[in-house]
Amino acid sequence: MTNETLLSARGLSLSFGAIPALVDVDADLWPGEVLAVVGESGSGKSTLLNVLSGRLRQQDGVVWYRDPEGRLHDVHAMPQPALRALHRSDWGFVHQNPRENLRMSVSAGGNVGERLMAQGSRHYGNIREAAIDWLRQVEIDADRVDDLPRTFSGGMLQRLQIARTLVTHPRLVFMDEPTGGLDVSVQARLLDLIRSLVRRLDIAVVLVTHDLSVARLLAHRIMVMQRGRVVESGLTDQVLDDPHHAYTQLLVSSVLQA
Amino acid sequence: MAYVAVKGGERAIDNAHAWLAEDRRGDPAVAEIGTDQIAEQLGRAVDRVMAEGSLYDRELAALAIKQAQGDLIEAAFLLRAYRTTLPRFAYSRPVDTAAMQIRRRISAVFKDLPGGQVLGPTYDYTHRLLDFALAAGGQPPPAPEAPADDMRMPRVSDILGHEGLIERDGAPDGEPGDLTREPLAFPAGRDLRLQALARGDEGFLLALGYSTQRGWGGTHPFVGEIRLGEVSVEIEPPELGFAIDIGDMTLTECQMVNQFAGSKTVPPQFTRGYGLAFGHAERKAMAMALVDRAMRAEELGEDVKAPAQNIEFVLYHSDNIEATGFVEHLKLPHYVDFQSELETVRRMRADAMRMQEAAE
Amino acid sequence: MNALSGYNFAYLDEQTKRMIRRAILKAVAIPGHQVPFGSREMPLPYGWGTGGIQVTAAVLGPSDVLKVIDQGADDTTNAVSIRRFFGRTAGVRTTTATAEATLIQTRHRIPETALREDQIIVYQVPQPEPLSKLEPSRAETRRMHGLAEYGLMHVKLYEDITRFGHVSISYDYPVLVNSRYLMAPSPIPAFDNPKMHMMPALQLFGAGREKRIYAVPPYTAVKSLDFDDHPFRTTRAPHACGLCGATDSYLDEVVTDDRGGRLFVCSDTDHCETRRAAGHVGAEAPTADELAAE
Repeated sequence: MTNETLLSARGLSLSFGAIPALVDVDADLWPGEVLAVVGESGSGKSTLLNVLSGRLRQQDGVVWYRDPEGRLHDVHAMPQPALRALHRSDWGFVHQNPRENLRMSVSAGGNVGERLMAQGSRHYGNIREAAIDWLRQVEIDADRVDDLPRTFSGGMLQRLQIARTLVTHPRLVFMDEPTGGLDVSVQARLLDLIRSLVRRLDIAVVLVTHDLSVARLLAHRIMVMQRGRVVESGLTDQVLDDPHHAYTQLLVSSVLQA
Repeated sequence: MAYVAVKGGERAIDNAHAWLAEDRRGDPAVAEIGTDQIAEQLGRAVDRVMAEGSLYDRELAALAIKQAQGDLIEAAFLLRAYRTTLPRFAYSRPVDTAAMQIRRRISAVFKDLPGGQVLGPTYDYTHRLLDFALAAGGQPPPAPEAPADDMRMPRVSDILGHEGLIERDGAPDGEPGDLTREPLAFPAGRDLRLQALARGDEGFLLALGYSTQRGWGGTHPFVGEIRLGEVSVEIEPPELGFAIDIGDMTLTECQMVNQFAGSKTVPPQFTRGYGLAFGHAERKAMAMALVDRAMRAEELGEDVKAPAQNIEFVLYHSDNIEATGFVEHLKLPHYVDFQSELETVRRMRADAMRMQEAAE
Repeated sequence: MNALSGYNFAYLDEQTKRMIRRAILKAVAIPGHQVPFGSREMPLPYGWGTGGIQVTAAVLGPSDVLKVIDQGADDTTNAVSIRRFFGRTAGVRTTTATAEATLIQTRHRIPETALREDQIIVYQVPQPEPLSKLEPSRAETRRMHGLAEYGLMHVKLYEDITRFGHVSISYDYPVLVNSRYLMAPSPIPAFDNPKMHMMPALQLFGAGREKRIYAVPPYTAVKSLDFDDHPFRTTRAPHACGLCGATDSYLDEVVTDDRGGRLFVCSDTDHCETRRAAGHVGAEAPTADELAAE
């Protein structure tokens, strides 16, 4: 890890009416690092993800992003075209529901190739090759390349979404409950896949999950959120093995009980 | 006072109807319109009322229009209400539109074809400039006539079908259903869908058909053919054992030729949307054909996303008699239900105010 | 022809014409960009050329010579109707000869005869939004144009090649204008697309119902979208014109019987007549005896 963060947030605050969603949140992410944001629903973790990725605007605070040339950008001050371009090149977003991201009436190959075409690739054969290569990397049979996603299982859809996101080799991927809604056995396989891809490709990830076991398996560091505040953060193993904050202790013990 | 009137007052109702009759008649110094005038001179209105009223009778439709002061949905309602009382002697045999006595026949997909393009009595190429001469009245000069020729006019769908370029008519799946006798159930077959569309509101179908052209469930339509003319209606009484001609009716038929289905291995074919309406009703027949094709999306393996592709949505909302009834029923007293709402809201407000006071 | 009394020259009032001209100037300045305009009710129905008619009315002058075609032909009903409309409301000279016209209003074709710098061609456009079949929301397509995000259009081409082995769009084939804006060329056959590229004449597009005007200035690059390894190709019926024998013109298919009989003839009637007048004869052309018998 270098000394320079890929993404830095300082003093993020946002409320929806009287309900505080974020209260003075700081966050840092270094290249190649997986940061888990955990908490119960309503803790503000998804709001934080949306603010960090520029999809939602905070009321106070700032998010800095460092581009591959080392220049810093205030994410929320970037012009719309630049932010959208960033979202389809150096960044990626993996939704809990893959149907939100995939085009269900476009073949698997077309889904994976879209970001390449958006970046100007104009060679059908090369795009298709890249799509097949990525299907293999996410453990989908290459002969499914022309099939429509609606013929895929839930786990396959999620893997297809990951292929579609990673095809442009982003350095930073936001993930919102990527294993939510899947069977336990399917979850385990998907977690293994995400872990190996992230390590091999050296991708930094901001991972939102309510599931501490997911965080333990994937994340280097963890932030625990409650009612919009970060109540505890640190190295994943330290925080989960020796929780200091009462809320973290409650979360960890409820997992143990379950 | 008004409520008392709504609640019961027969006198109020009678008075209202008397007023309505007076209002309908208008200035007595102006000559009263005859139903024959409506039937002859407001033919398109009569056609629409027959279609949406689901009853082919020009005189009755003209009467309904007169009675409804030209409110065509009201007139269709009158006709429907009359129709439902009629005994049903027989179901006709399918009419043969290939044997139609053609007054108008156009195709947008071929420049020329056997039988030719026949414009017929159409507004299509009129310039929409108010014709003040018409206000003054008078006889139009006679239209030029050509001797009738007996040239066959094969349907464009048959011409394309000859080469296998277009899907065939689906094989009939037993006797077609009858919406006017059996309540609609889902999944609704194409027979019932076409029936519902044929009596559906022209405006509603027009808007839905239009929406498919603007990307909400697009079907790449071409007008294969529109034909207008007279067909004979035949019934086959069981005691006779052969068909007898019971009269002619005017129909407008639209065969829409739509985007092909197929793949590298399955040869592509054009698909079809079908529209048929009583009388001269081109807009209706075209809109119907667009919506019919849109509703076949699932059957043809297309995504179902747009309103026009949603069979349930379309069929449940296309009937303007149903729609106007339910919308206008809101005029009826609802004070019992409203009262209960009032009480609930009052209780909630009182609770909220108590909490507020307690907090202060 | 006498102009229709009680109406301004070419039907529209001068204020409206100025509004339309401003939209046209903006459209010319930003090639391929759809400029919204206050499309008026016309005495012809929406979808029958109200956009083209308004554009024509706004640029037409008394000395212009007008040609109107529909499907390439001067004698189709809608072309006759529109030509008559301008005959009545503007009293301008009309022609069927492409070379004689200063202004050509067209629906679905570009004439075969190459156009010149002193000519304007006005296209009637039913759907100006090239992305409409892929993204129904106009708010979203406007954003996509603004950001030049056209990946989705290439996804459509990719899918076509995957499913059919080639792009299945045969008309209204999307083009990129001046390397910037994705544009619908109106439902002309893809065969005509190459004629738009670096055309010396000014190309104007009017969509009345959708209330958009756009333009391609003279000598502007117009590229039909494709892939490097699946380049854009035009197709035409593999026949010679039955009347004039042309083998390079776009052909109409005329059904001659219901047993599969077909006659192929030039869709551009002026082109065909000009060729026949110059002595070209097709295999199905009537003989002198047949002509005499008519």
